[in-house]
Amino acid sequence: MRSPKPDLRGELREHPFLRGMDPGFLQAIEGATQERSFGTGDPLIREGEAAKEMLLVQQGKIGLELVAPDRPRLSLLTVGPGEIVGWSWLIPPHIWLSDGRALKPTRVLAIDGASLRAVLEDRPKDAYQFMLRLVPVISRRLQIARIQVMDIHGV
Amino acid sequence: MGSETAAPPGSHEGGASPWAPAPYRVVERAQETADTATLALEPVEPAPPPGFVPGQFHMLYAPDIGEAAISISGAPSDPRRRVHTIRSAGRVTDALTRARVGDVVGLRGPYGRGWPLREAEGKDLLLVVGGLGLPPLRPVLYEVLAHRDRFRRVEIAYGARTPKDLVYYDEIQAWRARKDLRFQVTVDRAGVDWYGDVGIVSQRIPDMRFDPSSAVAFLCGPEIMMRGSAQALVDRGMSRSSVYVSMERNMKCGFGQCGHCQFGPYLLCRDGPVLPYSSVERYFALREL
Repeated sequence: MRSPKPDLRGELREHPFLRGMDPGFLQAIEGATQERSFGTGDPLIREGEAAKEMLLVQQGKIGLELVAPDRPRLSLLTVGPGEIVGWSWLIPPHIWLSDGRALKPTRVLAIDGASLRAVLEDRPKDAYQFMLRLVPVISRRLQIARIQVMDIHGV
Repeated sequence: MGSETAAPPGSHEGGASPWAPAPYRVVERAQETADTATLALEPVEPAPPPGFVPGQFHMLYAPDIGEAAISISGAPSDPRRRVHTIRSAGRVTDALTRARVGDVVGLRGPYGRGWPLREAEGKDLLLVVGGLGLPPLRPVLYEVLAHRDRFRRVEIAYGARTPKDLVYYDEIQAWRARKDLRFQVTVDRAGVDWYGDVGIVSQRIPDMRFDPSSAVAFLCGPEIMMRGSAQALVDRGMSRSSVYVSMERNMKCGFGQCGHCQFGPYLLCRDGPVLPYSSVERYFALREL
């Protein structure tokens, strides 16, 4: 028996990043949202490629990785259910700054970046609320990166 | 299960002088990581050593080199065997990590106040651990697992620098397989062969399952990690007095005489190393300390 298709509308409204946002805003982005699934090891995003979507993680785990010439691929952060991947869709030139790879079977809600930007431009109050959610994510990840740079477990 | 201090602060073995170490023989050695080894020591003399409680430390003496304060990382149920996990970070610890089975080293103590395990009985117990903060908390885990029915949920979050820096790797796998506790591991950075979590350990706190009104947390690791983790626990509703941290400073005498380990109003070798976050929070912010 096939399982029923997940209720994307409900999942969008209940994702911790969007929970409590104005119903009109959520309705405006529903049509721009798709579900995507990835197997272990599958790439979700790739550094240098166009950042066309905002990803809301529903299940699984995503490793955000950096690749540099003559260095092994480095995993710097894992992101799990309830978290988001990426803000490059918002910031010109809309290019991903890291790779993202599924570390276990993963399901995300992908919101089309161009549509989301258009909705945010049309709805400044909602855009402000959206930013009040996005900026703390960026701030936390910056703080994590600072602590990683400090190498606090080193001697 | 013991109280906070099995031996009174300042107690020691080794005869009349509190500075004289007793001889202990290395009976077992395990290489944990490239720079970290675990030594099991037993007294050369037949007299039984004083008991200890989780969170206390010994002053270990590398012959002809010097002493270092090292937390006890073995089970309190086997008090004759004193287990220490030591990272090579200087002349003394380098010599200790190179000790071989059969070598004799010196030992004073145990010293300090340990983890208030009794306070956690009947409550959820959280251990938030960074790097070599796991060895001082391993005796807590042994005690909890020996008396599992005395505690409600037990949640552990352990962060290390890289997967290669995880200590007690096999034991961690066994703990992670248990149904009666939850053991999360995260590393600061990793290669593509690591499928676990990457980030910092305080990130795991929002995922920990506990009742903030009836939980006790023990934090051990780098100070910046404990500060961030304590705040994350307070943000989740825990009281500052239910969060305990293990402070590290330059311990010398071990019994509150020399003052080397002063931290605000506390001499950590005597008043600590375990202290409630409510007592030390204000001193965390003072750069001069």
